[in-house]
Amino acid sequence: MHELSVTGDIFQIVLRYVALHRVDKVLSIHLEIGELSDLEEEWIQHYFDKISKGSAAEGAVLKVHKIPCVFYCEQCGAEFEAELSSVDMIMCPSCTSRKCRMVRGDEYTVKSMEVL
Amino acid sequence: MTEIKLIEIGEEIHSDNKKTAADVRSILTKSGTFLLNLMASPGAGKTSLIMNTLSGLSNQTRALVIEADIDSLVDAEKIVQAGARAVQIHTGGFCHVNAGMIMKTVHSLNIDEIDLLILENVGNLICPAQVDTGAHANAMILSVPEGDDKPLKYPLMFRSCEVLVVNKIDYLKMEDFDMEKLKDRVWKLNPDMKIFELSCKTGEGLDPWVGWLRNRIRL
Repeated sequence: MHELSVTGDIFQIVLRYVALHRVDKVLSIHLEIGELSDLEEEWIQHYFDKISKGSAAEGAVLKVHKIPCVFYCEQCGAEFEAELSSVDMIMCPSCTSRKCRMVRGDEYTVKSMEVL
Repeated sequence: MTEIKLIEIGEEIHSDNKKTAADVRSILTKSGTFLLNLMASPGAGKTSLIMNTLSGLSNQTRALVIEADIDSLVDAEKIVQAGARAVQIHTGGFCHVNAGMIMKTVHSLNIDEIDLLILENVGNLICPAQVDTGAHANAMILSVPEGDDKPLKYPLMFRSCEVLVVNKIDYLKMEDFDMEKLKDRVWKLNPDMKIFELSCKTGEGLDPWVGWLRNRIRL
């Protein structure tokens, strides 16, 4: 639903780096999106194609890299991945503590771009 | 032949909004105004909770409600009819309120004379969760008829709030709603979440929520 405004933000960031590095053409843009952040790759691409027309980023392919949810155990310091859509409890696999904090999984970052 | 280069960026997508949000927070903190961002699905009871909260707070709390809707004035009119102050912002098709909209609103108000701003965000559990409005606290309402499985469907919303109001507990007998299951699911995502169970209709459970808000404003 909010893909349009997000795409606008991505485009602004890309344009800034295009100017900074005097880029002629952007080939691809890599995004890191946490498992918890809803973003439809297809729609971002669709909007991006429209708003980037006539710029150095026209025709660039957006690649979304999903970052899984990672938890940190406050009891023993272990880090582990967990699938949140399962109904089971989040529990540390090393010490079975339930005092675990999510440390990755809500990223929303423009990671890099490939350019000419 | 031209060579393909890789440029590292590593920038957060909402970084501009984050800056504006930090500015909003600092302006409001200086004037002693607390901003509560209230989020929920359409029909969960945002407007009812606001009206009940305002009547529960003492008259000493000078409050104003910021109603955000894609269009219409219905909610703002309800609040004003109940004798409270409200301003309406139209998000113009946007599915959420951003910090820029709040900054504009803050500039149009005499914030030195306001202790509490309650933002009634657009009814939606997805987009508002991702956008910092500049609020001091994010709260969400889940109403019993929506079901206890919502944390599974909208995890980010449950992650981005510090308090959850479970509204319409008067429906518990009629629904297949497991409160303990809900709490487990919520605390799995957000172990620090405060949870208040209440009914805006019967008034049950409202006092602890109002008490929490009163204390939170003082911080």
